[in-house]
Amino acid sequence: MTVQHNLEPLLVTRGLSRRFGGLRAVDGVDFTLMPGEIRAVIGPNGAGKTTFVGMVCGRIARSDGAVLFDGQDISDLPAHRRARLGIAYTFQITSIYPNLSVYDNVALPVQRTAREPRAIRAAVMAALEKVGLDGRAAMPAGQLAYGHQRLLEVAMGLALKPRLLILDEPTQGLSDAEIEDFIVLVRDIARTATVLLIEHNMPLVMQLADRITVFEAGRILAEGTPEQIRANAAVQAAYLGTEAGAEP
Amino acid sequence: MSGEHKPAKAYALHLAVLALLFALNFLLPAYHHGLLARIMVLAVFAMGYNLLFGYAGLLSLGHAMFFAAGMYGAGLSVLHFGFAVPLAFLAGIACGALLALVVGLLALRTSGVAFMIVTMMFAQVFALSLIYFAGFTGGDQGLVIPQPARLFGVGSATIDLTDPAVRYMAALALFAVALLVTLHLVRSRHGRVLVAIRENEERTRMLGYDTFANKLAVTVVSGAISAAAGAAFALLFGYVGANFAGVQYSILPLLWVLLGGAATTLGPLLGTLVIYVITDTASSFTSAWLLIVGIVLILLVLFFPKGVLGTLRARWLGWLP
Repeated sequence: MTVQHNLEPLLVTRGLSRRFGGLRAVDGVDFTLMPGEIRAVIGPNGAGKTTFVGMVCGRIARSDGAVLFDGQDISDLPAHRRARLGIAYTFQITSIYPNLSVYDNVALPVQRTAREPRAIRAAVMAALEKVGLDGRAAMPAGQLAYGHQRLLEVAMGLALKPRLLILDEPTQGLSDAEIEDFIVLVRDIARTATVLLIEHNMPLVMQLADRITVFEAGRILAEGTPEQIRANAAVQAAYLGTEAGAEP
Repeated sequence: MSGEHKPAKAYALHLAVLALLFALNFLLPAYHHGLLARIMVLAVFAMGYNLLFGYAGLLSLGHAMFFAAGMYGAGLSVLHFGFAVPLAFLAGIACGALLALVVGLLALRTSGVAFMIVTMMFAQVFALSLIYFAGFTGGDQGLVIPQPARLFGVGSATIDLTDPAVRYMAALALFAVALLVTLHLVRSRHGRVLVAIRENEERTRMLGYDTFANKLAVTVVSGAISAAAGAAFALLFGYVGANFAGVQYSILPLLWVLLGGAATTLGPLLGTLVIYVITDTASSFTSAWLLIVGIVLILLVLFFPKGVLGTLRARWLGWLP
């Protein structure tokens, strides 16, 4: 990415909204993400985080508003076209091909752009090495341990060579040791891609994110650096306060 | 998939099967010779069905309409428009492909049970139309294609599709082409995307694949192969009939594929062969032959839910495509 590029936001949403019947799951969200950033999105359950990123990657249709990626209005593009532009999404609930081998899981995103067998093999193994699953390439993906399945999903996202990688609660169900490795991995990914991370694990968010966006009831409650968010009284009341109160 | 690691073995097996079928032309007694020609044509129908059901995971309950579209497309163009056999065969395939495109565009907006119902409804409309326009289609009586219409010339030679050996070889040629096309397709990039759609469509879309376009493409190919079988059936056996458009002929390819092994290239042949032989044997000593077929199917579901070749592949022969 060039320096001039860095001045333009990679992702912008304007008045992005989604209504489910009378419920405003996401309500007029204006959001800007700069290239190279690691951005965390936090907020209580039901705040609209997953719906919001779902509208960014095209899984969920918007009710109103616009999504701009790299200056281009992608609001009306179907999900697969957005993926081709470089938006990769890893699911909140692990979504892999359990009956295919680990290798074949990653070969699918690779073969969309690469044709030559040797190039496919190299790209697949590179993505698997990055998440540390290269030794398990021949295993059926469904037989991997849960934490490894989550890593496989990240590898599938990486194999798309994304410009924006959206991780929806990637550390849910991981052990502490796995989370440590995951932090290293995300930092590594962030050298080549912008990362948008939905996460509940506050210590991880504070450690990893350049900036944090706090959602509540479908709107952005606050946005800032980890220090600013930690100091924000409204955030403490809505989210951090309850957590801090619950833990001695 | 697993097959790609040992492609030579897979191709050798398929060529061996084709060689065996060729040799059987000279070895079988007359009755079985005719039966096997018929089975090979119906196995092509099953292969078309298997592409959609086995590989892409779309369970159609209306495939009889594609078989019948090929059958009537070929048969009626011979009878009413005086087409020569090769042209009539192509007309049959075109009818099936076109019908599959239209039905696919509408039915693929649904999935799962709704897809089964929508395809079944289209097939019913098709079957009832054949009966309604009896003046053109022969209605439920069907139409016989007379022997002179089933002759055609290639250069100076005349090919007579009513001759048993010629008929057998024509059926084998069609089967061989369909088998090799299927084998090539399922091992291709497109074939792997189909399996991915079957296994997890949402994930496949999020990897940047247009799943609707992929499903529509395989529906058209599946319809065209099924229609090729129908067209060949009409031209080789000289009869077109509305019973081939009925529900029974939508269920049969499902049973053949399930028995042989869904998403295996040779499963359709094996399944068609076994069910045909069981039906034929059972009906020679009891009128309750459907009962025996039913028992076989229950045993199958209980002990071989992946079908014969699917079970072999899962247990021992991982390279089987």
